[in-house]
Amino acid sequence: MAGAAQAEISNDMVKIGYLADMSGTYRDLAGPNGLIALEMAVADFGGQVNGKNIEIVSADDRNSPDVASSTARRWVENDNVDMIAGLVASSVSIAVSDILEESGKLGIVSGSAASSITNEHCTPNHIHYVYDTYPLANGTASAIVKEGGKTWFILTADYAFGHALEADVTRVVEANGGEVIGTIRHPFPTPDFSSFILQAQGSGADVVALANAGADTTNAITTAGEFGLTQSGQTLAALLLFLTDVHALGAEAAQGIQLTTGWYWDMNADARAWSDRFMEETGVRPTMVHAGIYSSTIQYLNAVKATGSDEAQAVRKQMIATPINDMFATNGRIREDGRMVHDMYLAQVKTPAESTNEWDLYNIVRTIPAEEAFRPLSESQCPLVTSK
Amino acid sequence: MSMILGVPVAVLFGQLLLGLINGAFYALLSLGLAVIFGLLKIINFAHGALYMLGAMATVILFDTLGISYWAALFVAPILVGCVGVAIEYFLLRKIAGQDHIYSLLLTFGVALIIQGVLTNMYGVSGLRYSMPDVFKGGMNLGFMFLPYYRAWVIVIALLVCFGTWFMIEKTKLGAYLRAGTEDSQLMQGFGINVPLLVSLTYGFGVMLAAFAGALAAPIYSVTPVMGSHILIVVFAVVVIGGMGSIAGAIITGVLMGVVEGLTKTFYPPASSAVIFLVMVVVLFVRPSGLFGKEA
Repeated sequence: MAGAAQAEISNDMVKIGYLADMSGTYRDLAGPNGLIALEMAVADFGGQVNGKNIEIVSADDRNSPDVASSTARRWVENDNVDMIAGLVASSVSIAVSDILEESGKLGIVSGSAASSITNEHCTPNHIHYVYDTYPLANGTASAIVKEGGKTWFILTADYAFGHALEADVTRVVEANGGEVIGTIRHPFPTPDFSSFILQAQGSGADVVALANAGADTTNAITTAGEFGLTQSGQTLAALLLFLTDVHALGAEAAQGIQLTTGWYWDMNADARAWSDRFMEETGVRPTMVHAGIYSSTIQYLNAVKATGSDEAQAVRKQMIATPINDMFATNGRIREDGRMVHDMYLAQVKTPAESTNEWDLYNIVRTIPAEEAFRPLSESQCPLVTSK
Repeated sequence: MSMILGVPVAVLFGQLLLGLINGAFYALLSLGLAVIFGLLKIINFAHGALYMLGAMATVILFDTLGISYWAALFVAPILVGCVGVAIEYFLLRKIAGQDHIYSLLLTFGVALIIQGVLTNMYGVSGLRYSMPDVFKGGMNLGFMFLPYYRAWVIVIALLVCFGTWFMIEKTKLGAYLRAGTEDSQLMQGFGINVPLLVSLTYGFGVMLAAFAGALAAPIYSVTPVMGSHILIVVFAVVVIGGMGSIAGAIITGVLMGVVEGLTKTFYPPASSAVIFLVMVVVLFVRPSGLFGKEA
């Protein structure tokens, strides 16, 4: 039973802290169901790795970097937490990654969007797993420009995430020969989009793009429908849309919208099988974030098992060395900057006639190969890459 | 096309009209707050949550019992109004006569509980609610496309606002109400059941919030957190109008909708702040609000 490697698991247990928005705007895309995904991964490992118990603690970060920082600090300094999972709001992930770097622990970011997390904010102590703003812009915007949507009008949530997405979209649109003819930076959150939709209509742009998230996006889509935006010949592009958002809108309101996603529950047999299990536990279909939390936890525990250690750098090195092909990712691998690159998907929301049940919502239109989807290392500002 | 400050006049008309429509929502909500504060001196921080309950009730009544939009416009406010009466009877009555801060804290706590319970039950992504068929589509006004539903909102909201003002300021029932809160002992002596009057007044203010919620259901994302965003704005509207002024709340509500709408046209990033800016200025110049009585 005893072995040299097992001695390296600190405190005789592997402790995972799940930190996410459990009650606010981002609750449904990760939240309590993300904790269930994490628990499923630990249960599938038999609750133990190399004979040591796996423990889980969890907390609500309330989308506040301050709350998240103090929780993370308590976990890593006093409570022997080895790895922090979840991590949704980009501002939270950036704040927590600093603490992880100071304390030498590991974090796996599954919910955040900002591509800066593995670019200017990269650390040797975190991994960004599911998606980021780079492929969101790359997938959706380039597809629409190629279909003939040359002039763009962007509605941007006026904070870090929206600005990052707006910049990424503008780059992609211009690179493909299109032009951004107007942007509006709207306050976060904005309950009523009628004024902005009217201005977008008045602009005469081919494409009205939404660089926002959650309720802002669903509100904007509902209002665009009400004001007949698409009937007047404009294309509506939602750049970040989770399955839970589309489900809330329904196929009737969301039909035809193109979006980029890292995963879809019905995209292959493995994904379906896992999402059936998830649905038995939660009553809903998983988002890409839920699936990413499960997959990344399995990858993490595999790395702990292989190295016999829960020391962050040993585990991270092992994770980087291991290709990822599972229910979540195809052609997945973790780069030295911490970015997990994998195939992404351009999806289109089904029409009510095509949709056979309330969660049957996407047609996968195109697979975006891993190497094409994410920011190439040659463009990276991450010191872990550029110092080489 | 003629322009004003770089904005085509046609666009400006459209934005003014949208501002009026949003203002109608603000008017309905701030009116409920003003009724509750003006007559009962209760700072009702549960107002946003009760607005949300009105919207949620409209959706849930349709999903579970098939109750139509038209019926829900009555049923949802009545149900939520009953919740309001219960809050008044079981909670607020216990702290009657205490400092305002107690009612503020109590109603804030109630709001958090309602919001938390519903978040656990329904999540935050929003519930689906279809526009009633009769409102689908809209009319082309030349300067903008006006969805029929928005036109309906402004008409019905302003009618309800005017009706409320008329009832409180111009009818015998309204006179009882105002007298009962002015000198409750005297009114008791005249044989008026003042505690009942208080419960009903709170319930009525809550019904106005729930009615606004039912009106909002087809056009806004219906979520347990929808009320928390709008509450603070509506409070600012009431402060600008003059705490407790019924007419002030209505007029200021519509006015602030327009101010916000114009800001969304000329400088969108400031549109969520502009109402607070107006509030600061008004408080400097006229501390009792635009329509408030000087203390």
